[in-house]
Amino acid sequence: MTDTAHRTATGALPSVAELERMYWVMVTTTLADARAQQEAKAGRLQAAFYPVRGMEAVCAALGVVLQPRDRLVSTYRNLGDAVAKGVPLKSIVAELYGRVDGVSKGKGGPMHLQDDAAGLTATTGVVGSGLPIAAGLGIAAQLDGDGKVVAVTFGDGATSIGAFHEAMNMAALWRLPVLFVCQNNQWAEHTPLAGYTAAPEFAQRAASYGMTAHKIDGFDPIACWRALSAAVRSIRSGGGPVFVEFETYRLTGHTGTADYSYVPKDELARALERDPAPNFRAWLVGQGLVTAERLDVVERDAESAVAEAFSFGASCPQPDPDQVYDDVFADRKLVLDLS
Amino acid sequence: MTTRLEPIAAETKTMSAAVAMNSALDLAMAKDPTIVLLGEDIADPIGGVFKVTKGLSTKYGTDRVRATPIAEQSIVGAAVGLALGGYRPVAEIMFCDFLTLASDQLVNHAAKLRYMSGGSVSVPLTVRTVVGNSRFGAQHSQSLEAWFMHTPGIKVVMASTPTEAKGLLTSCVFDDDPCLFIEHIHLEYTNKEEVPTGEVTIPLGQAAIKRAGSDVTVITYGPAVPWSLQAAETLAEDGISAEVIDLRTLVPMDLETVLESVSRTRRAVVAHEATSFCGPGAEIAARITEELFGELDAPVARVGGVYAPIPFAKSLRAIPGADDLVAAVRRITGQ
Repeated sequence: MTDTAHRTATGALPSVAELERMYWVMVTTTLADARAQQEAKAGRLQAAFYPVRGMEAVCAALGVVLQPRDRLVSTYRNLGDAVAKGVPLKSIVAELYGRVDGVSKGKGGPMHLQDDAAGLTATTGVVGSGLPIAAGLGIAAQLDGDGKVVAVTFGDGATSIGAFHEAMNMAALWRLPVLFVCQNNQWAEHTPLAGYTAAPEFAQRAASYGMTAHKIDGFDPIACWRALSAAVRSIRSGGGPVFVEFETYRLTGHTGTADYSYVPKDELARALERDPAPNFRAWLVGQGLVTAERLDVVERDAESAVAEAFSFGASCPQPDPDQVYDDVFADRKLVLDLS
Repeated sequence: MTTRLEPIAAETKTMSAAVAMNSALDLAMAKDPTIVLLGEDIADPIGGVFKVTKGLSTKYGTDRVRATPIAEQSIVGAAVGLALGGYRPVAEIMFCDFLTLASDQLVNHAAKLRYMSGGSVSVPLTVRTVVGNSRFGAQHSQSLEAWFMHTPGIKVVMASTPTEAKGLLTSCVFDDDPCLFIEHIHLEYTNKEEVPTGEVTIPLGQAAIKRAGSDVTVITYGPAVPWSLQAAETLAEDGISAEVIDLRTLVPMDLETVLESVSRTRRAVVAHEATSFCGPGAEIAARITEELFGELDAPVARVGGVYAPIPFAKSLRAIPGADDLVAAVRRITGQ
């Protein structure tokens, strides 16, 4: 693991409001993740749900570092990213259920949460495909010339695919305002890192494309916040793309219902000891930054937000069958003619 | 919906398709600052290997005319991102064969993001690419339009004349849906004609009757149009009157014009250079049969490519031509 001293060392800290927001995102993500898995296991979601447990600190830090106008491209493991970027929880959950009040009217589903109004401009179900799209959004931001940043999140598994190489090369070549956020959870689906690459130092790989690259402890929210703040500052001031690898651990299976018995028990136990939300709470209280009572309020707020979102989502109607023809093209008539 | 090509009362210049498309892009870029071009070698001095973008990087700058690394997936992926970011990108993929490298971005992303987002985003990008026997063999010659016709969410356009190339490309660039604009290697520089120097737009989804006839309808598009017209000429000498319809747009498809014509002629042949098996002709023949079965005097015939990769040796012919079409028409007219 990388240096965790950031958290206790003196240095810049988020504001109290940001610390509370980060904690809210982490708790909300943890609770919503657990509830979604429960719903998937009970057969109440149409499809498997890709849990995000272990990545909460990275998501929370990214959420407070990015501005609303900044864009985010995410993956199918997107719940934490979506919550952090400010996508309304009710719209997220209704989409998990495939309902008409979902953020994509039930047509995207959990793999494709997308809310351009909140700056979650695209998510992809194809590993690595978000990186070239982020490069394109980076060109758009560069042409806009207004200091927007484009962040793209992806797992360590995505480092093996060609899109990763192509997009990083393009972003460095044109000094695009893109923040590459590698959420390294040590597993590419069901294959461990050592099983798929002889070059596991992803930050080194990124640096060789000609961009600044860092490797950070992804279980440490303050380390995440510091690294991301510095990266975004540099990108916004025209410094070109930055790559940050966050070392985390996938605390659950690849999908909520997938076999996870192959994971070394001691490794998982060590990772669970570092579970982001409870550790962050203890640290915030221990440092006297936020009181336990105040964090209780944040937790209760997160609990009720999650409960409300799931009861809303489950009670929304499914889309009208006729909507199958909508939004293939801008003009619905063309679709009817071809169907 | 049919449009017959009327002479346009405007200032014209003799142009090849490549020059006409260059003019389309030039006018579009001057009019709309959100148009950005991406592709291998597209900036000056080379201006694209087919010269379609020549002069544009000098005129509009390399921020808007970007010569890219050799990286098709990120060329089209970046076009998707630009489109999501409020721009109208036009990406050049040198040969249609190389679209296989970018198909994830085109098929899984460009074509589906409007739908998967419940209509909250649109992806107004154009991908230009080239088909036709380049004489380089099987990896620089394929006509893959049927692949993309089979993907809901992408418009597929193929022009057969310089004026139409200009008008259809302009419509693609300003369309709010992803468009695949397929050029033909043999039509880039040949078949020069007088093309209006100002903006030309031809609505997508409108076929053109290129030759009127009464005995048989030939439904065709792109590079097969010139040889279909040549075949019609030959057939006329034998007293067979062939109507030739240039679809111009494969998605959306102007079936109204096709069905109206076939209901008059009662016979139809579909002609294209793409592989006949599961090619665009299969869909067109099926639609005609579904709608007009009782009115047909003969089964719908298809003239398309042999089920083989495009061979290198000249003696091996996988792509059809006028003689194949003439033979097919004679077969179904019993002459």
